[in-house]
Amino acid sequence: MKKIALAVTVLTGILLLYAAQDFPAWGDLQSPASASPVSKHFIADTGVDTEVPNMVTAVLADYRGFDTMFETVVIFIAGIAIIGILRRTGADADAPALKRENEIAAEPDLIVTNTVRLLVPVIQLFAFYVLAHGHVSPGGGFQGGVIMGASFILVALAWDLPKAMDRLSVDRAVMLAGVGILIYAGIGLFSMLLGGEFLDYAELSHVLPVSREMARYHAMLGVEIGVAFTVTAVMFAIYANLSTRGRLEGGL
Amino acid sequence: MTGLALFNLFILVFMVVAAVISLRVKDLLTASVVFGIYSFLMCLLWAEMGAVDVAFTEAAVGAGVSAVFLVATVFNVKRMSSD
Repeated sequence: MKKIALAVTVLTGILLLYAAQDFPAWGDLQSPASASPVSKHFIADTGVDTEVPNMVTAVLADYRGFDTMFETVVIFIAGIAIIGILRRTGADADAPALKRENEIAAEPDLIVTNTVRLLVPVIQLFAFYVLAHGHVSPGGGFQGGVIMGASFILVALAWDLPKAMDRLSVDRAVMLAGVGILIYAGIGLFSMLLGGEFLDYAELSHVLPVSREMARYHAMLGVEIGVAFTVTAVMFAIYANLSTRGRLEGGL
Repeated sequence: MTGLALFNLFILVFMVVAAVISLRVKDLLTASVVFGIYSFLMCLLWAEMGAVDVAFTEAAVGAGVSAVFLVATVFNVKRMSSD
């Protein structure tokens, strides 16, 4: 069986390498992606339409806002699915804890905990920077949310899960994940109520004291904040359930 | 060969090595860490091609959080792979 698997893998690899010759060269101006009028429109008009210097954020959060909204929903559903599979409640939770093969010291290490104590504020500040500066420099809600979630995971790694759950419990994390999607969809719905289409942020200029372009700029920050809520909460909830087999107690 | 092409070749060779190691090694903890190295090399490659947003996501999600998820899972299953 292993020999057949190896043969299939090698054959597929050869096929993929052969097919890769048909890809356009890196930075090819004549490639379909570069020659498309849509690309030219984004490159020429993003700054005019939205005042956002970082084209990637403008495309993700504004031009393709619908896509990004449901990407956030996908992350939410992934988190719910992992919790649904792993979480133990009721009679399951009373079962004796399974002995781990490689148990590590129960006492938190002095050096590790003090380093984490110094690092976590910096990490969280950087997460806010990445989130708030996503229009101007690389970054945005997904990256900021993951960095924020990682700071809570770091606390759970250095001490144990209850220490991190004092700051963000898994139940609250699930609630926050839903709130993030509600923020995103709420901004879309609000612009619909103001007379535009769903996620047509320019209509928010009726209620904000800014131009239509700047309304899109600010609404993008709003939806990125929603994304960051969901991603932070889901990352922490996934780690909490994975590391403790859904018991939510003890360390890694 | 220019410096950039050498850099690319270096990263691509190491990526293949990391991929083979993480698949072949028996110790699943080693496999997870080497998989994190693979993600980090991928992130370098994205950054070198100018896709900084993608590189940032790869660094945060691929090399950071998903490596932690894999390690957390390895601590809850048998550490040695049976095949």
